[in-house]
Amino acid sequence: MLSRRGQHFTSNDITDRTVYLNRREWMVGAAALVLIPGESEASVAQGQALKATRNEAQSLQETPTKFEAATTYNNFYEFGVNKEDPARLAGTLKPRPWAVQVDGLVHKPKTYDIDELLRLAPLEERVYSLRCVEGWSMVLPWIGYPLAALLKRVEPTGKARYVEFTTLLDPSQFPAQRPSFFGFSLEWPYVEGLRLDEALHPLTLLTVGMYGQVLPNQNGAPVRVVVPWKYGFKSAKSLVRIRAVADEPKTAWNRAAPQEYGFYSNVNPAVSHPRWSQATERRIGEFRRRPTLPFNGYGDQVAPLYAGMDLKKHY
Amino acid sequence: MARRVRIALKTAVWGACLAPLVLLVYRAATGDLTANPISFVTNTLGDWTLRILLASLAMTPLRLVFGVAWPITLRRLLGLFAFFYVCLHFSVWIVLDHFFDWPRMWADIVKRPYITMGMLALLSLIPLAATSTAGMVRRLGARTWTRLHRLAYAAGVLGCLHFLWLAKVGRRDQYWHALVLTLLLGVRVGHVAVRATRKRLSSARGRRVNPPTLTAP
Repeated sequence: MLSRRGQHFTSNDITDRTVYLNRREWMVGAAALVLIPGESEASVAQGQALKATRNEAQSLQETPTKFEAATTYNNFYEFGVNKEDPARLAGTLKPRPWAVQVDGLVHKPKTYDIDELLRLAPLEERVYSLRCVEGWSMVLPWIGYPLAALLKRVEPTGKARYVEFTTLLDPSQFPAQRPSFFGFSLEWPYVEGLRLDEALHPLTLLTVGMYGQVLPNQNGAPVRVVVPWKYGFKSAKSLVRIRAVADEPKTAWNRAAPQEYGFYSNVNPAVSHPRWSQATERRIGEFRRRPTLPFNGYGDQVAPLYAGMDLKKHY
Repeated sequence: MARRVRIALKTAVWGACLAPLVLLVYRAATGDLTANPISFVTNTLGDWTLRILLASLAMTPLRLVFGVAWPITLRRLLGLFAFFYVCLHFSVWIVLDHFFDWPRMWADIVKRPYITMGMLALLSLIPLAATSTAGMVRRLGARTWTRLHRLAYAAGVLGCLHFLWLAKVGRRDQYWHALVLTLLLGVRVGHVAVRATRKRLSSARGRRVNPPTLTAP
């Protein structure tokens, strides 16, 4: 605003309230890190440890991406569109108490408390690669168990053909869910979906931790799904509902830009995004691009799911 | 305008235009380029190319609207800085992003509309930078030079399209840039229209008022 002589303005006119509040939170956080003796030099606070047994058969033999990169370079639109927004703003998300409603076309619908969900099956550590549709990838040691373990408990009926995942809708915890000037691109809540056979596939991981600890907020705490052969946005975060349905779910990115993001969104170097090639990717921490593999390298295990399908059409 | 004021203005432009680069070098030196440094550097250089290009395109409208001459003295400097940043942006794309993978880069240029637009924007800035000296203005003649330098508008439009088409859903700054460009072009279009109308009116009036003066007996 223009200041003229005789006009008065307060500091509120200069700094938006939310901005300075955020700044304060950040300063308090930074001060806490400095004050706690024995804390590591990492700029991201360590979360609660989570025990899990490494599943070697389902783990890449690659060095995981640095924890700091994995927790500061995130797409989590509920916090904002910029990669640094989730790490900066995720303090507002409260991962406890938390419940996940598992229902729809199932014989035994149930709402699970998060701690019950954590004990439902033995926790495994699996090192998966995650390929973002934007052309970068990471290697991440997730902790969780196959989603199939949960789905089998609730017993999908014969009519169930898809599984729909819904992320928490709560503008007080997810700042970017508040209405804004330009409207916005995605409709909240964030909805994702898989075909039932994809959801039951042993690679599909119901994920509650990474790097030996509970999921950091910016990575989708307290529970998310990880589908390693699909672009990252298919792996919905901070789930509050898992629902078996008969029809293909209307997924968030597909609704926002159907010509760019199909329902399947399997990693496929042969199918370009309309605006950019998917032939290569940059692994975070590496200098040179590397070729992108069909199904993100998981073709041996998942290609049969799509036998006979034209993957250029069902992108 | 006083020489001292002009020097102060130009110094300020140098400082403002070099600051983003200095900051980038500082962040590189302190390892603060995010988890995806190449992408961050490319985007930052691209952002500043477009901002400075829009600033250079704002100088003439500033003169038209406020009737002051000083913005024109900064136009060339801003244009050259835009060219400087686009060269860095392009170099990073070639060397760091694709590491001289020419076939793949060429495929991207012809297949990806946003890269095509960016490439055309860059190409349209080359003749402008090459003819930016006073000597070139003289050699080309003011008329030809002025016409050639209308390419700057094309570069602005192409640059904004490049940004609009690469930005993912949910981002907003691409719209702000396009809006600024539209306003800047709007001022010029408005100015041309007003001038044309005035000319028509005055020439019509001229015919009515004194038709005989031109005819010799």
